[in-house]
Amino acid sequence: MKIHEYQAKAILARHGVPVPRGEVAFSAEEAGAIARRLGGGVTVVKAQIHAGGRGKGGGVKVVKDATIAEETARQMLGMTLVTHQTGPDGRKVERLLIEEGVKIARELYLGLLVDRAAGCPILMASSDGGMDIEEVAERDPDAIRRVAVSPITGLAGFQARQIAFGLGLAPAQVGKAVKVMQAIYDTFVATDASMIEINPLIVTESGDIIALDAKVTFDDNALYRHPEFRDLRDLAEEDPLEIEASKFSLNYIRLDGTIGCMVNGAGLAMATMDIIKLAGGAPANFLDVGGGATAEQIRNAFKILMSDHNVKAVFINIFGGILRCDVLAEGVIAAVKELGVPVPIVIRMEGTNVEQGKAMLRESGLNFTTADTMGDGADRVVALAR
Amino acid sequence: MAVLIDKSTRLIVQGLTGREGTFHAKAAAAYGTQVVGGVTPGKGGTTHEEFPVYNTVADAVQHTGANASVIFVPPPFAADAIMEAADAEIALIVCITEGIPVLDTMKALAFMKGRRSRLIGPNCPGLITAGQAKAGIIPGHICTEGRVGIVSKSGTLTYEAIHQLTKLGLGQSTCIGIGGDPLIGTSFIDALELFAGDAQTEAVVMIGEIGGSAEQEAAAWIQAHFAKPVVGFIAGQTAPPGRRMGHAGAIISGGKGTADEKMAALAAAGVTVVKSPADIGAAIASRL
Repeated sequence: MKIHEYQAKAILARHGVPVPRGEVAFSAEEAGAIARRLGGGVTVVKAQIHAGGRGKGGGVKVVKDATIAEETARQMLGMTLVTHQTGPDGRKVERLLIEEGVKIARELYLGLLVDRAAGCPILMASSDGGMDIEEVAERDPDAIRRVAVSPITGLAGFQARQIAFGLGLAPAQVGKAVKVMQAIYDTFVATDASMIEINPLIVTESGDIIALDAKVTFDDNALYRHPEFRDLRDLAEEDPLEIEASKFSLNYIRLDGTIGCMVNGAGLAMATMDIIKLAGGAPANFLDVGGGATAEQIRNAFKILMSDHNVKAVFINIFGGILRCDVLAEGVIAAVKELGVPVPIVIRMEGTNVEQGKAMLRESGLNFTTADTMGDGADRVVALAR
Repeated sequence: MAVLIDKSTRLIVQGLTGREGTFHAKAAAAYGTQVVGGVTPGKGGTTHEEFPVYNTVADAVQHTGANASVIFVPPPFAADAIMEAADAEIALIVCITEGIPVLDTMKALAFMKGRRSRLIGPNCPGLITAGQAKAGIIPGHICTEGRVGIVSKSGTLTYEAIHQLTKLGLGQSTCIGIGGDPLIGTSFIDALELFAGDAQTEAVVMIGEIGGSAEQEAAAWIQAHFAKPVVGFIAGQTAPPGRRMGHAGAIISGGKGTADEKMAALAAAGVTVVKSPADIGAAIASRL
């Protein structure tokens, strides 16, 4: 689960990470009022969207007083921000973070995430604050310092000191930096984060260490432990069809093709998208209806697929292991009869009771195309979607 | 011969009395697996569907001599179940549960270090040795005893591969679903090492997916150490970056973990990489 920068900073601050003073604004008037409360001097106006690269896209402005902050906020709210992470359609700006300006002496990078190969959290740091860490990794991998954190002991003091000295911090700042790193690790564990990125972490002219930007992503599997995070979800950042699908516990991701996919199992669902592409078509979505798809789930899945008006044909690809093909056929027939699906449907199924299932589809009087193999099914559905 | 599980395996089911646990305990027993009991805290001393139930894994091991456990416990308690099985020195722990918080899995893996247990999963379909025994949810009736080992991050895609091999008359030795989570107990390399030493396994199907670098690491290992033919498929060639494709681990992040880089690494290591999941069986046939 992604959250906004202002939400991430509030959480980090609660765990002891210093952040600039600031508040979220939903209108230009609010923005002006916040800037005045902050002292009315140099103010930073930051667009809040779930994507990086905001500065280059014009979503971050430093202004010299509260009046200009209000004017800038008026221009920024409602604008569509396009960055390298938003895709060409961009995102509409609906929230702003209004912060006091700080004087920067150095910009650093700090990141904490679960490393899959190491099986533990890795704390990463570099002196190239403000740059994408992927870019730094490509250009100069040795510029990134890493320490592997034991999940049993947590981040040890010496590890944080290694990083701080490695970044070339003055002895007076090392103690502060160590505290910040430990507070970030505490936040990581307490919130079940899967990633925390502070880019940049800055040293101010007065020698303080502050998180100037913050990105926090939570582990979806752990959200049941954090009911308070429910309020942090910003539905405007999500696709409406994906929101609808999530209400039915359907694993659905919208794509931009024309062939709706209904599959059981995440791996097979991805493979089905792949085979459609190989056949010359484009998938409209990823959809995993789960191992034990019930008639109810199949009906819900059809509703979601049919709400996407790009869908010209549907490909159902099911391997019936525990799920029996006759049960699946019954569910599909009932759903199509009830919803009156207006596009061609190609069904490829295999596994338990497949002959029975195919016979039911044939005898239903509905216009299904059945396929014997995945490849055959993909060819047929691509032809029908043209 | 096969690997990890066979007729001599003595299996218990953690979470036996739940719906899934009950269903799959019966299916495993029907396939010929020695299901010697189950564990549900608080229900010890009772029997469930003719299986004796114990309060703790240690009790179950003491009374049944179990050496394998399959876990059907809900996500909040699954990591604890893994640690309990490891503490009772169960040799093979198979965790089917999907949705375990990654920090919990991390602790369980740290707990297992230096202990003698092997963990398969979590978030996996388990494993089956064709014609002998199974622990997990892979349907037994699609398997036939044969020459090909399977190691896979995906469930239903594994069934596809099994089905194709069965139809071609090649059959399977052992099929191992290693799981779709970012942190898992048994890697591709671990499974390949086992297949390397197994006379029954003449070739291996390896099914990966986007996210992480386990496939690239396996490719390097295959090139250096593995002499048997391998056919590889990577799911998610068309997956958009930054989106989690069903499995918690299936995500391209920071431009890394794409299907293209994995397929290229495997091909460079001498693996026959198929673009279409429909071609897995035929590719194995051509390599045997």
